Amino acid sequence: MSIYCDGGTRVIVQGITGSQGLFHTERMLEYGTEVVGGVTPGKGGQQVLGLPVFDTVEQAVRATGADASVIYVPPAHAADSILEAADAGLRLCVCITEGIPVRDMVAVKRVLAQGHTKLIGPNCPGLITPGACKIGILPGDICKPGHVGVVSRSGTLTYEAVDQLTARGIGQSTAVGIGGDPIRGEGFIEVLQAFAEDEDTLAVVMIGEIGGSGEERAAAWIRDRLRKPVVAFIAGRTAPEGRRMGHAGAIISGGQGGAAEKIEAVRACGIPVADTLDLIGETMERALEQAGLLERCRT
Amino acid sequence: MKIHEHQALDLLGAYGVPNAGGAVAFTAGEAAAAAQGLPRGRLVVKAQIHAGGRGKAGGVRLADSPEQVGEIAAALLGSTLVTPQTGPAGRRVNRLLVTPAVDIAREFYLGLLLDMDSGCTVLMASAEGGTEIEEVAKHRPERILRARIDPLVGLRRFQLRNLTAGLGLSGQAAQDFEDIAQALYRLFVERDCSLVELNPLVETAGGRLLALDAKLSFDDSALFRHPDLAALRDPLEEDPREVEASALKLSYIPLEGSIGCMVNGAGLAMATMDLIQAQGAQPANFLDVGGGAGADKVAGAFRLLLGDGNVRGILVNIFGGIMRCDQLAEGIVEAARRVELALPLVVRLRGTNAEQGARILADSALAITPENDLKRAVETIVRLTGGAGR
Repeated sequence: MSIYCDGGTRVIVQGITGSQGLFHTERMLEYGTEVVGGVTPGKGGQQVLGLPVFDTVEQAVRATGADASVIYVPPAHAADSILEAADAGLRLCVCITEGIPVRDMVAVKRVLAQGHTKLIGPNCPGLITPGACKIGILPGDICKPGHVGVVSRSGTLTYEAVDQLTARGIGQSTAVGIGGDPIRGEGFIEVLQAFAEDEDTLAVVMIGEIGGSGEERAAAWIRDRLRKPVVAFIAGRTAPEGRRMGHAGAIISGGQGGAAEKIEAVRACGIPVADTLDLIGETMERALEQAGLLERCRT
Repeated sequence: MKIHEHQALDLLGAYGVPNAGGAVAFTAGEAAAAAQGLPRGRLVVKAQIHAGGRGKAGGVRLADSPEQVGEIAAALLGSTLVTPQTGPAGRRVNRLLVTPAVDIAREFYLGLLLDMDSGCTVLMASAEGGTEIEEVAKHRPERILRARIDPLVGLRRFQLRNLTAGLGLSGQAAQDFEDIAQALYRLFVERDCSLVELNPLVETAGGRLLALDAKLSFDDSALFRHPDLAALRDPLEEDPREVEASALKLSYIPLEGSIGCMVNGAGLAMATMDLIQAQGAQPANFLDVGGGAGADKVAGAFRLLLGDGNVRGILVNIFGGIMRCDQLAEGIVEAARRVELALPLVVRLRGTNAEQGARILADSALAITPENDLKRAVETIVRLTGGAGR
């Protein structure tokens, strides 16, 4: 079991003929993801990596029975690609693209609220269910199948967390990078909800950073609703106010969204927070031990 | 991207938001001439820098004649203003706005910004204009009125009626407020703004509303569709190192410490800075090299870090996912040779081909310390740069 994707997920790649799309499609195929086709307007009828290319997502879905897509389309056109995926009825859409204008995402978010398509990203590394399905750009070889879910706003911090868990023999159910943009599809709470419902996920690592109040709201939700151990890490204690730290959403403004306040709020909800990055694995190990889950989680 | 107050007022004017008028000046002579062209009476000379808090720092001054405007301009131009928003180094004043003084009855705040939590634009208004809105938000949050705008239906009249009622506006002033708020929202959407603020928006003695100060910033990701806005960028307002970094496609923010950092990924870069601080030292910068960093990019990053006189050593922290650590190590060796790196360099590599990468660094005959354990890597660079407290 897992969330969002598993061995049966059939994926199409929007922007498959671009250099990024092509490179990562090959990596996904190597990992064993069932990529069933691609979409690039104007290139319908071609074949790449042995996969059929279509002009539209609708055609691709009809021909391949895909239920998910991953987007490697330049920022100016990526919002349109997300809307196209939703319109074609895909269950899941994962948008890797960085730098989509915020105004475009405001409209996309409003439209998605009326349908059933779940969006991961944009500006994210995607997600992986180890041993079964990888959608996006995460490195598959550091992952290990298991029972700990990972949800993170940062790509490389997702890798760091997964790597520390794997080094301790703790496998992962699904690792989800929700992305660093101010407006995104699935947030912490939606992903936590999915982990809550997934019988195979026994505990969760949540990785946040400065900006917004998603971590605080997620922590309150965990306190009230989630009966599984959660540990957290929040990056950006040293970040200065008013400066955007790489991610468009990572900014402390008007005294809001600082790391110290977030850490305090998360701890106040009874969630252990790793003091520094190198302690994520250790903190989770201790939480699993206390919950009597460590043996089951050593996979 | 931020623009100057005078540019913001011009842009707002084109959308129908009235202001007090005036002219921009780059020299004392231009300032005096601008004053000659304005109606007789009291004048205000305002330093144009991309930071708030100018008034208290002496960057906004009153004058009674064009001659006096010239004198004030001569004193302000070329001077450095230090405000809470500029940092201790301050900002050099290169241009001024000369504008007529306005007889003010009441001051309001009106702003539009993105609410990350709801994914909507939010209009904020307060009858406590003229002060820092952050202070009002902190101490008297009930004094800030909000209207969340649904992107499908826009800013509605009932929302504006709620706001004018809450602010105690009626008659012509209420009508002015509604018109200005609608114009602001139209500007916000059409020009891909990330922030629009009128502070203060004033009610004059004559009962009309005017924008006396304006702050606009734009979504960098959307500038590709607004070449006219991109042309308003003032490179003098930006740290030259940040300008250089953005040309190299690096995300770089200089800080005050002594350990230079080069990391892939924004989250990991922040977490690495935090780890340095937890060891009792201070990071010199935030630097995200992004995915795929060849010798040219690494050399460019090293030059940036070395250009900071406070830097006593460099920590490279890379989690190679798609990026291969052996290729990166080759880039680091090549870059260190090219820039003749003389400071301590500790490199932590993790992920794809990390072991091969560490071997390349160790075999390079350069003074590079490979240390693939994250905590030990940070401890090593802290020790090599003089220990904690730096």
